[in-house]
Amino acid sequence: MSSVASIAQSVGPGAAKAAARKRNRNVGGANKRPGWVTYLLLGAVLLVSAYPLYYVVLLASSTQEVISQSPLPDLIPDGHLRENIERVFNSDIPLMKGLVNSFIVAAVQVACVVMFSTLAGYSFAKLRFRGRGPLLVFVIATMAIPTQLGVVPLFIVMKNLGWSGDLRAVILPGIVTAFGVFWMTQFLENALPYELIEAARVDGASMIRTFWHVALPAARPAAAMLALFTAIGSWTNYFWPSIILTNQNPTLPMVVRQLQASYFQDYSLIMAGVLLATLPLFIVFVIAGKQLVAGIMAGAVKG
Amino acid sequence: MSVLAPDKPAPAPVRPPRRVAFSQKIGRWDVKVSPYLYISPFFILFAITGLFPLLYTGYVSLHEWNLLTGQGDFVGFENFTSVMEQPNFWLALRNTISIFLLSSVPQVIAAILIAAVLDANLRMKTFWRMGVLLPYIVAPVAVGLIFSRLFGDQYGAINELLGILGMDPVMWHAEVLPSHLAIASMVNFRWTGYNALIFLAAMQAIPRDLYEAAVIDGAGRVRQFFSITVPQLKATIIFVVITSTIGGLQIFDEPRVFDSTGRGGADGQWLTVTLFLYELGWGNQKNLGRASAVALLLFVVIVIIGVLNFLLSNRIAASDQMVKKSKKIGGKR
Repeated sequence: MSSVASIAQSVGPGAAKAAARKRNRNVGGANKRPGWVTYLLLGAVLLVSAYPLYYVVLLASSTQEVISQSPLPDLIPDGHLRENIERVFNSDIPLMKGLVNSFIVAAVQVACVVMFSTLAGYSFAKLRFRGRGPLLVFVIATMAIPTQLGVVPLFIVMKNLGWSGDLRAVILPGIVTAFGVFWMTQFLENALPYELIEAARVDGASMIRTFWHVALPAARPAAAMLALFTAIGSWTNYFWPSIILTNQNPTLPMVVRQLQASYFQDYSLIMAGVLLATLPLFIVFVIAGKQLVAGIMAGAVKG
Repeated sequence: MSVLAPDKPAPAPVRPPRRVAFSQKIGRWDVKVSPYLYISPFFILFAITGLFPLLYTGYVSLHEWNLLTGQGDFVGFENFTSVMEQPNFWLALRNTISIFLLSSVPQVIAAILIAAVLDANLRMKTFWRMGVLLPYIVAPVAVGLIFSRLFGDQYGAINELLGILGMDPVMWHAEVLPSHLAIASMVNFRWTGYNALIFLAAMQAIPRDLYEAAVIDGAGRVRQFFSITVPQLKATIIFVVITSTIGGLQIFDEPRVFDSTGRGGADGQWLTVTLFLYELGWGNQKNLGRASAVALLLFVVIVIIGVLNFLLSNRIAASDQMVKKSKKIGGKR
């Protein structure tokens, strides 16, 4: 772009006109295709992002002997993947239980977060009620509280409820999030016109019917992104489950940790476990990663 | 209802007028109460799982409180003083701040640079963005395990690479600073791409005519980046710095799985505050009172560093604006 401008200045008014035409096409230089250096840089970033994951696949498909001989595995997977996965399932660590538990926790949390956040977001964005402003500010303020601060009393509460060691104790604190409420409020503010709500009300729909048939369909794109974020958060969460659950009734991150603690020399087994714990989220990412990227891009704070 | 009644003459006599009034009442009640009903799940659940524990932490921290036997005597600030007398607390605090600095500073810088590269008019935009985000879906526990092996003292790929470059192997699991570097690299692996996308979104909102004006003034790409892009990202930089402060100071998963014992190293080389808290409450000591005291102390540290960060990034951004203003005045001359 700078070259375009300098040519325009040096050659004179006739050339300037042509250059200006070119400039209009390339607004701010942003529409010019970047050169190979850019792709080289991005390729390097991609390599750093993807190599550790590929490394998991490599170790998970090697034999233990190969791994202990050389620190750098071959670049081609070795074909012992199935055997290693079977070894994880046959170990005394309850992997299957972890898979099922993580799935249940994630499914319930995603469903609840999306439902409650959409309800609250619709209310904050489109309904008039006393105390709306301060309550919304309160919701946003709660996002700044670190989890560690309440973890001891939360443990005591769950113990008194008789829920310690139970999946309910993991699920309950995660079924509403301030982020979700804020996210939905922001989205519905713009995406849902008041006319639609009014039309439904004039037609005699009750409040909840209006929400169900007007607000919920409009919220669908934001709900999909919120579901993805919640699923990732739930699937990767370790600190709280490791406190409240037992090793016999674990979630997947706890399984990975147990594999490490018990089989700390057997990296092909451990990495097969890591692979199994990561794969479900990876599949979701491949299918819906586009939306996730779009979601982060839309939800960013704009300067 | 009465306005609508003439349109439907047939059912009118069947319906007693009192019921009409009643349904109208329900409708009004519906409008008034529904908003509160819709927001109530958040507030009720937050009260149980967020607000109450928050307040109760203070109460627990002032008592003798065993994991198994429960509440004991009121001891005042004894839990706080005893925690602060333990050398491990200060060790953990030092490690946490060190790991936090080693992760968040390079992370923010790398994220802005990656965002600047992604901001070009790329072919296969979504592919590159997804590639950058890929590490975000890997659980920190898994990241910790992968990097623990990559940074292995004897059979690690990183040491092997250093050997090829003719350098001595580094004892990533034995020495203090190397272990902090390794753990910080795990955090950076997971979060740099995510933050890059946040920066990218903010970059795309910068008005393009600012760049055009800079080009006409003869500014190169580097100058454009420092004089337009960075100052325009002020709010986003503050946001990312604050969120990574809160996250970075709570670090637990990655140091926990950096070795198989999970205690932060033989001499506490990479013991963090949250790891220390976990050991106090659910490790050998089973002392929930002291764990609560550590939680509160950690919160104080987070608030202090958060405020410092805010002031610092605010000042950096403000000084940039001063430069811009003075340049404008200079330009008029």
